[in-house]
Amino acid sequence: MARPLSPINAGSMADIAFLLLIFFLVTTTMDVNQGINRLLPPIPEEDAPIPEIRQRNVLEVLVNSADQLLVNNRFMELSGLRDEAIEFFSNPYMSDELPEMTPITERMDGALRGGDTARYRQLRRAYETLGEDVMMSRGVISLQNDRGTSYKMYIRVQDELTRAITEVRNQLTMRLWGVRFSDLQEETDMDKIRAVQTVIPAAISEAEPVNIEGR
Amino acid sequence: MAKFRKKKQGGATGINTSSLPDIIFMLLFFFMVATTMREVTLYVQVTAPEAYEIQKLEKTSPVSYIYVGKPLQTSIFGTDVRFQCNDQFKEIDEIAEWVVQERQILPEDQRPRMTVALRVDEETHMGVVTDIKQELRKAQSYRINYTTRKKDN
Repeated sequence: MARPLSPINAGSMADIAFLLLIFFLVTTTMDVNQGINRLLPPIPEEDAPIPEIRQRNVLEVLVNSADQLLVNNRFMELSGLRDEAIEFFSNPYMSDELPEMTPITERMDGALRGGDTARYRQLRRAYETLGEDVMMSRGVISLQNDRGTSYKMYIRVQDELTRAITEVRNQLTMRLWGVRFSDLQEETDMDKIRAVQTVIPAAISEAEPVNIEGR
Repeated sequence: MAKFRKKKQGGATGINTSSLPDIIFMLLFFFMVATTMREVTLYVQVTAPEAYEIQKLEKTSPVSYIYVGKPLQTSIFGTDVRFQCNDQFKEIDEIAEWVVQERQILPEDQRPRMTVALRVDEETHMGVVTDIKQELRKAQSYRINYTTRKKDN
């Protein structure tokens, strides 16, 4: 005679699950690896020639130890930096004060004449993706901070500059394809992303550290 | 003829808790998916600064961490800013050597893609960060990531 099955007592299941839950709560963290990616420049050699850059092609951003900004010798609030950088990189009215804008074809010729085949191929690919009426800025932002600048301020400045570059990239992608740069998908539009990055590089250069005001 | 039997008027029945394990398991799975294992025990206080424009670290690239901030146990380690490289304290002039060692451990094809993530407390002065960057340049480790939190618009 078959005995009726008595149900398994699952009352302690919750306790076991709680135990596991608490273990995972303690040993894991929420934060993901995200932040601002940057590429450091190699240490220049002693007798390396200083590349000649025209004054109009440089936006000099200085941050002092009191977290104040000086942009091209003008005092500026952090909130104004982004628009300044956007104008600097896009030079919408072809002003003589702002960086030179050269057609991509001219840059390709320049790379070819200079014997820089890797750069030429990179530009060539961008040219094939973007078409010929794309202008490239020669502008470079030179960022210099004091030893006493707070890290918080430094990141904010870096962030504002990155936002400016993204905005300029957005303007280009909106004009060409009607989408924002950040909406381009890595899986399908990798060549577009590469091309835009080639034409509008994250041209932020950090000056060699100097100690002006002490720690 | 149908009979209607009045239900027994017992005492208060216990709440059915048989779905409690399911709920807890759901929470458990959420945490298992949404979080990552702690890499190391932190010995320094790090509050990452906030930024709008942040990128995720490439999943494929190997990462080493440098934590910079005031020590948590000030009675033992003092209140000066200290550097914690992965799981141990380093002096500033040991960092270049440490980075080279970290790179040596990696398989050869991954070495050029090694990224150093700087998890620096927002109250730190830039002098310290600049020193680290100089050390990294000496060690020819150029890819860095300033770890930040996402700022909402």
